[in-house]
Amino acid sequence: MQLLFDNYVAVLLATIIGSILVLSALLASRLLAPFSESRQKRTTYECGMVPIGRVRTQVHIRYYLFAILFLIFDVEAVFLFPWAVTFVDIGPVAFYEMVLFILILGSGLVYAWKKGVLQWK
Amino acid sequence: MSMPSAGINIENAWLDAFVGVIVIVGLMTVVVMALIYIERKVAARMQNRLGPMRVGPHGTLQSLADALKLIGKEDLRPATADRWIFELAPFAVFVPTFLAFIAIPFTQNLAISFLDLGLFYVVAVTGLSFLGFLLAGWASDNKYALLGGMRAAAQLISYEVPLVLSLLAVSMVAGSLALHEIVEFQGRVPLVVWQPLAFFIFIAAVLAELERQPFDIPTAESEVVGGPFIEYSGIRWSMFFLASYASLFIYSLLGAIVFLGGWNWPLGAEAGLWLQLIWTFAKTSLLILLFIWIRFSFPRLRIDQLMSYCWKVLIPLSFLQIFLNGLVLVYGWPHIFLLLTSGAGLALAGYIIARVGQTEPRKVRLIPVRGGRKATASLTAPEGAEGGSSA
Repeated sequence: MQLLFDNYVAVLLATIIGSILVLSALLASRLLAPFSESRQKRTTYECGMVPIGRVRTQVHIRYYLFAILFLIFDVEAVFLFPWAVTFVDIGPVAFYEMVLFILILGSGLVYAWKKGVLQWK
Repeated sequence: MSMPSAGINIENAWLDAFVGVIVIVGLMTVVVMALIYIERKVAARMQNRLGPMRVGPHGTLQSLADALKLIGKEDLRPATADRWIFELAPFAVFVPTFLAFIAIPFTQNLAISFLDLGLFYVVAVTGLSFLGFLLAGWASDNKYALLGGMRAAAQLISYEVPLVLSLLAVSMVAGSLALHEIVEFQGRVPLVVWQPLAFFIFIAAVLAELERQPFDIPTAESEVVGGPFIEYSGIRWSMFFLASYASLFIYSLLGAIVFLGGWNWPLGAEAGLWLQLIWTFAKTSLLILLFIWIRFSFPRLRIDQLMSYCWKVLIPLSFLQIFLNGLVLVYGWPHIFLLLTSGAGLALAGYIIARVGQTEPRKVRLIPVRGGRKATASLTAPEGAEGGSSA
């Protein structure tokens, strides 16, 4: 347990130091860069025109569908990682079980494909 | 630099880690500056021009001058932007990339931390950066940014799957998730020989993860004018830029270690520290040059081509690779079968891509000409006949 903690000390430190790095760059810019307020300057860019309409509206459903598909396959990958380094020791049973697992998920992909989820229309 | 061994005590662990992280800060800065310069020079060479020449001998100090300029540039935030999310986005892009450096070993006993789950850790951490693009796109209160952020999220999460699965295939062969053990496995033969299909999937997925041409759809200038970064300026914009070049380096280093044998092949682990370091970085440079070469050689894909390429080609192929690996390994067949099956898979991938490349132009419809003549007629019409352009 102590050893495990030691290995991940660097991860904790890097998170802190990485954030400090970004923060210090922002502070340096705050000190060195010129700042002048003007209302026109703080409008968003829309090809030089005054922005029209609301921006934070609905987004097309296909993005969510891809996100759901991704979630399924990423969780599958999490299950595959521990299997990948141990299945040789366990033998063919482990291999065929995982093949079955992948086939079930693969049929889900085929279903999504047939339903036209993967079609970007 | 720190060299943690198995039996370090707690005082040293903090100090070692601290020194290591500071070294990484320096390394990252130097590498990013060098990469920007190298990319501009290689691009110039490909386009038959000189590239940066003014600042320093042959323009070598150009990146430094750019960095100074960016620090001294006004840092604007749109009045309607979501303040805290807008401020948070550069952190969310930069910190995960920075974290990935921790687990990557450079030579046999030179790394900040030898994690047992190194490969898993690197994949998990680099996968987080899509969040930053999404935050930036949402917070900017700009239509292009929102569209770009959504595209970035869709692209990055989709290509995360083949990337993870191709690395998984490699870890099956090496029998370990620790990066230094994967390299030790490659003493005689680098893994790219046993896993050409996985290597191909890895390169394609990395190109998409890096949002480089031909996969730069989220930031495409001619479509969404820079995408999520559109409202960022000065130093905050440069954080995105820094993260993008740092991930170029990270992914190339990962590819060099996992597929090309790292420091171990062809000299073996007995070679000196400097020789190992040189080999690692030589292979990394090779991959970086490949990515730059691809960037300046291919036109941008459309988003429908991009998504269907991932879900219909790369993901089924990576499952094929995993299945073939499992079959060969579980029955203990010799490794040459890995090469044969994976090579056959690569040939299949090549065939699919060639087929798609051939069938794509058929979808182009000809626009009818005004005079009522059929558009196809003009294709066979004698020279000088007007009209009949293809869309």
